[in-house]
Amino acid sequence: MMLEATVKMSNKEKFLSHYGMIDFSHDKESFVEKRRAAEKALKGLEFPTSKTEYWKYTRINKLIRESYQLGPADVDSDIDLSVPTKNCLVFVNGYYTDELSWTEAEAGIDFMPLSEAKEKSDKLKGSFDSLTKKEEIFSMINTAYHQDGAYLHLKKGKAAESVYYIVNISAGNQPMSNPRNFIYLEEGSSAKVVMKHISANEGNSFTNQLSEIFVEKNANLEINKLQSENDDAYQISNDEVSQEGSSQFKMNTISLGGGLLRNNLNLDLNGEHIESWMNGLSLLHGKQHVDHHTLIHHREPNCVSHELYKTIADDASTGVFNGKVFVHPIAQKTNAYQSNANMVLTDDASIYSKPELEIYADDVKCSHGSTTGQMDEEAIFYLRSRGIGKKKARAVLLNAFLTDLVEQIGVEHLREEVQSVIDKKYSGVK
Amino acid sequence: MLKIKNLHASIEGNEILKGIDLEVKAGEVHAIMGPNGSGKSTLSSVLAGRDEYEVTEGSVDFLSEDLLDMEAEDRARAGIFLAFQYPVEIPGVSNINFLKTAINEIREKKGEEPIAAKDFLQRVKEKSKLVGLEGKFNNRSVNEGFSGGEKKRNEIFQMAMLEPKLAILDETDSGLDIDALKVVSEGVNKLKSPDNATIVITHYQRLLDYIVPDYVHVLANGRIVKTGGKELALELEERGYDWIKEEAVKA
Ligand SMILES: Nc1ncnc2c1ncn2[C@@H]1O[C@H](COP(=O)(O)OP(=O)(O)OP(=O)(O)O)[C@@H](O)[C@H]1O
Ligand SMILES: [Mg+2]
Repeated sequence: MMLEATVKMSNKEKFLSHYGMIDFSHDKESFVEKRRAAEKALKGLEFPTSKTEYWKYTRINKLIRESYQLGPADVDSDIDLSVPTKNCLVFVNGYYTDELSWTEAEAGIDFMPLSEAKEKSDKLKGSFDSLTKKEEIFSMINTAYHQDGAYLHLKKGKAAESVYYIVNISAGNQPMSNPRNFIYLEEGSSAKVVMKHISANEGNSFTNQLSEIFVEKNANLEINKLQSENDDAYQISNDEVSQEGSSQFKMNTISLGGGLLRNNLNLDLNGEHIESWMNGLSLLHGKQHVDHHTLIHHREPNCVSHELYKTIADDASTGVFNGKVFVHPIAQKTNAYQSNANMVLTDDASIYSKPELEIYADDVKCSHGSTTGQMDEEAIFYLRSRGIGKKKARAVLLNAFLTDLVEQIGVEHLREEVQSVIDKKYSGVK
Repeated sequence: MLKIKNLHASIEGNEILKGIDLEVKAGEVHAIMGPNGSGKSTLSSVLAGRDEYEVTEGSVDFLSEDLLDMEAEDRARAGIFLAFQYPVEIPGVSNINFLKTAINEIREKKGEEPIAAKDFLQRVKEKSKLVGLEGKFNNRSVNEGFSGGEKKRNEIFQMAMLEPKLAILDETDSGLDIDALKVVSEGVNKLKSPDNATIVITHYQRLLDYIVPDYVHVLANGRIVKTGGKELALELEERGYDWIKEEAVKA
């Protein structure tokens, strides 16, 4: 007679059991080792709970309790990605999809799926997983179980002509993906990248993306992350950025769609005269929940960081912003500016905003401001008294609120795309 | 053009206007004077369509239409213009875009095409000169960081751009220096025509030297208690309001 043991699995074990079937043995050995190390690390990690300070305002229970499917899915090859560029890599449920991708090589630039780069790139071999936070459970899940992602490498002094698009599509029934990107700009190179997350399906999906980004001396990188999945989609995103002296880096996170989005953006400023921008524009509706956590380490003197996050929260949506600026003792003459401005359009929408400054140097300029307000009714009346209709008046004010962020988008086509979303979204506002 | 009959209005349950009667005909200039808190701005807000006020009694006809039945934006489109006592700052909206939006909204409602860029710029140039602005604020956010006097000039600039039928100037003169006062009044006078009318609310007779009224009304405690010609303003300047209040009590 067989003995039936009832083993109660924890949420984590249940969730990780999704991955039991996949075989990553085709990976090169060093990467398999990293996967194993991450799996080992996962044994000691738990999903955040309501008691975890770092996740205080974002409940992930519903996200981890779903069951998901792993694997590629068919996407109509006519899908309009709205990507007018010469270089676009498309991943469906985390898997590279050649039929949907196109590239036109530029000299001095490697742009390929991570799976291919694993065979070719020494930098990838040497630095893969070096920026990830080993105590962050979703990062370790990604390292252990990532499928594929984009690899972008600019050689010394190379200025990219094309905009590099990385498109992630969730498709099929309850998909789960762990996209993994690796971006490496050598000294003096420059590039603009767009990461686009969209859904080709309805219902839940979970995207757990991670990017490691290396910006060497004097290099200049702009990344625009456009999150416009369906409103049942979940996404957790960890972007780890390492900047060397005199480099410039900008991240624009534009959150339009998605049910629950959590973006962790971590910048390490490892040299002098670095300039960094972290921008976020979130337009929330329904029950959307978008949480931006940023962390910037000023580790050397004479660097400037700018941070501007704005959220418009309509319906019963929730916006969270937590921005931590850490100025190390030797980082004198640091200038760090942080601003978080929010507008709530209903009584049911909520905003949680928390700036955290930890400053251990004395000769620094740091400013932070956080405001949450409603539509300015005086201004609305002023506009109406000049013949501008109620709807239009609201649209004018919302546009005005967002315009400085829209201007931060350095890719014209994307800027127009975002502007047209704003116009559409708020032309019919109550 | 404008016929106000027995107008009563309250805000948050407090009755501020207690029976106003006033008729303004095309081509006329009416001055409204009166002590602080007497209800002058309330009257202009009610005419402009501010939602916070509740009209409890009376009627207002504008060009034979029921004004009180119209939304604020429709009143503006019909030709009412209020120069605010306290113009509102609108960060992020350039003065020029604001005006273009307003003009085009008004045109759209009339079934007209949007104004041609060239014509618009021409109009801006011409009208801003009229109020001595010379396009100075075009690209700045509406009223943001403007000095008190600059805001008032900007109101008149907007009025010039929108060419209203009835302009209500609520203390447009306060905060203006002597030179600006002249420029602004000259602007207002140039815009005057037999087809439009102006209501000027002011505390100072000085303004009425420049914008000469056909009638002067004294508003006290929510009622028009005295009406006269332009000489009434001079008398008020000398004697204050007490004698009128007394007269009103006696009557
Ligand atoms: N929300 C409110 N609740 C109660 N009273 C109000 C409210 N708003 C305005 N009032 C009152 O209405 C009265 C009329 O105000 P109004 O602004 O019309 O006066 P005014 O004649 O324009 O004065 P001024 O010459 O100072 O501009 C004032 O006593 C004011 O305090
Ligand atoms: Mg007043």
